[in-house]
Amino acid sequence: MRHIPISALIGLFFTSLYFLAAIFAPFIAPYGMAEVVGDVWEQSSSDFLLGTDSIGRDLLSRMIYGGRTTIFIATAATVVSFVTGASLGFFAAVIGGAVDQALSRFVDLMMSIPTLIFALVILSVMPVTVPMLIIVMGLLDSTRVYRLARAVAVDINVMDFVEAAKLRGEGRTWIIFREILPNALSPLVAELGLRFIFMVLFLSTLSFLGLGVQPPEADWGGIVKENKEGIVYGIPAAIVPAIAIATLAISVNLVADWVLNRTTSLKGGRGG
Amino acid sequence: MANVLEVKNLKIEATVYPPGEKSRDITIVNGVSFDLKPGKVLGLIGESGAGKSTIGLSAMAYGRGGVRITGGEVWLNGRDILAGGLSALRKLRGAEVTYVAQSAAAAFNPAKKLMEQIIEASIEHKRCSKADAEKRAIALFEKLGLPDPENFGNRYPHQVSGGQLQRAMTALALCPQPDLVIFDEPTTALDVTTQIDVLAAIKDAIRDTGVAALYITHDLAVVAQVSDDIMVLQNGKTVEYADVDTIINNPAEDYTKALVSVRSIDHKEMVPEGTPLLRASGVNARYSGTKFDVLKNINLELYPGQTLALVGESGSGKSTMARVITGLLPPRDGEIEFDGRILSADLKSRSNDDLRELQMIYQMADVAMNPRQTVGTIIGRPLEFYFGIKGAEKRRRIIELLDEIEMGEAFIDRYPAELSGGQKQRVCIARALAAKPKLIICDEVTSALDPLVADGILKLLLNLQKIENVSYLFITHDLATVRAIADSIAVMYQGRVVRYGPKSQVLEPPFDDYTDLLLSSVPEMKLGWLEDVIATRKMESAGN
Repeated sequence: MRHIPISALIGLFFTSLYFLAAIFAPFIAPYGMAEVVGDVWEQSSSDFLLGTDSIGRDLLSRMIYGGRTTIFIATAATVVSFVTGASLGFFAAVIGGAVDQALSRFVDLMMSIPTLIFALVILSVMPVTVPMLIIVMGLLDSTRVYRLARAVAVDINVMDFVEAAKLRGEGRTWIIFREILPNALSPLVAELGLRFIFMVLFLSTLSFLGLGVQPPEADWGGIVKENKEGIVYGIPAAIVPAIAIATLAISVNLVADWVLNRTTSLKGGRGG
Repeated sequence: MANVLEVKNLKIEATVYPPGEKSRDITIVNGVSFDLKPGKVLGLIGESGAGKSTIGLSAMAYGRGGVRITGGEVWLNGRDILAGGLSALRKLRGAEVTYVAQSAAAAFNPAKKLMEQIIEASIEHKRCSKADAEKRAIALFEKLGLPDPENFGNRYPHQVSGGQLQRAMTALALCPQPDLVIFDEPTTALDVTTQIDVLAAIKDAIRDTGVAALYITHDLAVVAQVSDDIMVLQNGKTVEYADVDTIINNPAEDYTKALVSVRSIDHKEMVPEGTPLLRASGVNARYSGTKFDVLKNINLELYPGQTLALVGESGSGKSTMARVITGLLPPRDGEIEFDGRILSADLKSRSNDDLRELQMIYQMADVAMNPRQTVGTIIGRPLEFYFGIKGAEKRRRIIELLDEIEMGEAFIDRYPAELSGGQKQRVCIARALAAKPKLIICDEVTSALDPLVADGILKLLLNLQKIENVSYLFITHDLATVRAIADSIAVMYQGRVVRYGPKSQVLEPPFDDYTDLLLSSVPEMKLGWLEDVIATRKMESAGN
């Protein structure tokens, strides 16, 4: 840990800023999330640092609470996506044969339907709750993780050390989690940063279209939606969440890059 | 006569970038000088990392992967080529100096026909017209003993065998009529029986064209056949530089002596006694989806505490036999009897004891160990898995095993990437031993190692055999290794055992044709060996 590159430091700083703000939202936010405290679209002032929104709520407070929702749902969905995708991908690669074919073709089938449209269809039938959002987003995205995990694991599965483990009589669990997973981690970590951001964007899109987080709860996509009319009058309220999404995206990936560099080392990360 | 090449006080450096530390310069080659007259061959010999390829490439003023020539002079045909600049070098490379790479299969463009690639340099450098270049190439094909020289050039690289491709590469290098050819391990990747043909072809071609050559290899016996002078290198420095006769018959330095006398292990053959530990009877095997038996009616026996060597060239089925015994490839018929019981054909239905008592060591120790596990985990896992040993007791056993392989406790927390090639193979041996096996299958365990390191591994294996009374099934193409450690030998050829018995009988004449070919193909540390063999052998290798 002695040497952290500057890019990673910047990434770490902003990522932790966002995550801390999300965790401690009730303590940081100056006003309540749904509290109407001022006029419509007020300019920023000492009372309202970022101004107010379309119905006079404090934008900063809404951003903080919105960030909380966005980051929580995106993180949970990424976890769902990686756990299902990676386990199924490794499983398919290790077992091979008909199981692999069946799973892979099923995933191809899923991927042939555009994700956003698929999600919209499901969410218009199902009740839109936070757990439902997490599961739908996570499962739809896990197809991408599945393909990556399977491709990586197929290569590792034919290495001599895996054969040695099979000859030792190791079970599938050991082979998947102790032999293959540690060696597949680098590409998966790289993908993790990217996938998390896709989740943030996915959720924001859903909310913008009205099928994501439901009012009065807020998320960043929802805030853009509520304030989009303001853009015509030169009100910057809709831009703020967009900036938040962009900076979060960049900083998470800076951190992911750094973690990737460290995990690629075959000397236990001791080299640097 | 003027020298073609003069290298004076060569110094080559590279910059390394250890992660997390400041980059620094390391010296790869220091103070190396030699010269070369037309028609002469200088052999550069040393272990991996000795700097031999780097020196070879400096003759065309080329540094591979960030390597820089920082001192000394390289004079080619009376010009200092280091002073010339890039455009001068471009004129010279591929015209005055050419290069033969180790892996011809990787060096040829698979999408172009051979002829196109072979005459490319001659035309590019305007050495001659296309028609003349083709004529010369065909003449070279004939000289190098390639089949159907007129039409050989119309083939694609994948349509010819490995030995032929290596000869085509030699033709490529000789076609522009260079003054100097650099041969970088041209026969190392070939089978021993193929190597001899390629070697003879290269030697003839060098003699007939009168070109000067640098011959780089790690195999002293090979270089002794083709060179006039030999330079022995270690860690980028010259150890000894003399004519071939002196190096082979009268070396001055200890390191050279060690190289010359390598494989001096004396192992007394044991006679079979008791009941066999392993018995294969009537084994036939084929890979799924093929209609061709890779193994045909194999019968073998291996006695406790002894070593059976499976010998043959690539494609003879020796590694397949190992897969059948371990259960990775269930045989079509026949059975494997191990320690008095019939092993089930399929790996999945074998008991833990069957698995434990039959361990395997691989050729490439690099990929046989999980790069993300420490040495302690790698060796400790079989202890935990088979015997349920945990905690302090496990650590004690791991240290014991590390001592047994002559490495010691300090290595317990290292990762495989932090070990040398020989150490990696030792850890693999310890992992196999941890299971307390009765039989260890050694699949080409020394092929990827430098001769002196390989020697150490073989000695270790023999020692461990005495202590643990373990049997080895030793798969190799290297007869010198076999001589060193086997008690009985099975010679395999195209899926059959063609000769089988105790070592003394198998290596004793009269030979069948194939065993004769195989035995005679092992390069000997003797001048004039190549000519003798070519003159007396009875058949050609299957690879040609």
